[in-house]
Amino acid sequence: MGWLEGRFEESVMVTTLEQGIAWARESSMWPMTFGLACCAIEMMAVGASRYDIDRFGAGAFRATPRQADLMIVAGTVNMKMASRVRRLYNQMPDPKFVIAMGACTCGGGPYYKYGYNVVKGVDLVVPVDVYVPGCPPRPEALLEGLMRIQDKVRGMKYLTKGQVVEVPIPSRTGYVQLPPELDDPDPVRALEKQLAFAKKQKELATPAKA
Amino acid sequence: MTPADIIAKLESQFGSKITAKNAEAIDPFVTVEATALAEVCRFLRDELHFEMLNCISGVDYLEPDAKKAPKAGFEPHGEVVYHLSSFSVRPINRATNRPGILRFVVKVSVPRWKHGKVGELPEVPSVTSIWGGAEWHEREVYDLTGVWFTGHPELTRILLADDWEGHPLRKDYEFPLEYHGIRGR
Repeated sequence: MGWLEGRFEESVMVTTLEQGIAWARESSMWPMTFGLACCAIEMMAVGASRYDIDRFGAGAFRATPRQADLMIVAGTVNMKMASRVRRLYNQMPDPKFVIAMGACTCGGGPYYKYGYNVVKGVDLVVPVDVYVPGCPPRPEALLEGLMRIQDKVRGMKYLTKGQVVEVPIPSRTGYVQLPPELDDPDPVRALEKQLAFAKKQKELATPAKA
Repeated sequence: MTPADIIAKLESQFGSKITAKNAEAIDPFVTVEATALAEVCRFLRDELHFEMLNCISGVDYLEPDAKKAPKAGFEPHGEVVYHLSSFSVRPINRATNRPGILRFVVKVSVPRWKHGKVGELPEVPSVTSIWGGAEWHEREVYDLTGVWFTGHPELTRILLADDWEGHPLRKDYEFPLEYHGIRGR
């Protein structure tokens, strides 16, 4: 707005409609109460007076997905909960954002190896915008995560560039994508191909005897 | 009433149904045959005043590593452990000189699979008719270690989802690769 600034009276502000919408939206994120485990305690601390997420306009914690546009997944998501997480995400109105708070939601955390019942990262269930690692993260870290969400909202260009491309759910399957020469519709044959490839690579890697 | 007295009374009442005993352990226990469990428990509640069932535990004795198995010191089997305590009989605790709590343990030894067929759960009679609080405990033991309690009013999974396969706290449990399209490991 460089060339327009200073051409009007004081207390008149010039902006574009798009920036105005983004400003309004980023300044009043409505998070959904989504405490699943111990990280929820830290999320409550962020909402309370000492850290006070309300300073950044995201203090209106909603108990229903229909009134919220930010989902802070705080705590371990287990297999039984995963379908509920996805359903609640689907019930939120667009545009919607997800913060994965804590090590468990980022990638399984301490339950990665022996947690038979824990989803190894909530991004296997819903698309995640911002990851906040930590076990649990400090309240400042969650505030930082909120600010990254606000950056994202500020960068959205609805009117000039259209709607954001919708991210498929889940955005990441968690399965390794094989190169076409090693892939096969039959899993047994695919495994054979991969094992042969791995063996060949190992032979190539062994140093030749002098 | 000391643990030795309890064991003596149980032995005089049930005889050969009691297969093992230990009065010197920190938690004194008897091992009973699965068929006699209900009557032993009823006797313990009505005659020996064990009104409270603290917990039921399922134990899986199995060494999955074939190399370590000969040194493990036990044959592969399962066990269900009942921890009991009494409100009305309060023996004096010698350390504190105050009424302590009388505790007792009943164990049932079961095969890992019924008739040795993999997939058929071993059976133990339910004690829900004796202690009402046993209902959820038995559901949890069934859920996690796979013991079928005959006579239970509604034996379904309590922690895991209803369509879960396997019993996770068994030593030979294999983690699911996938659950409803979500990668498991």
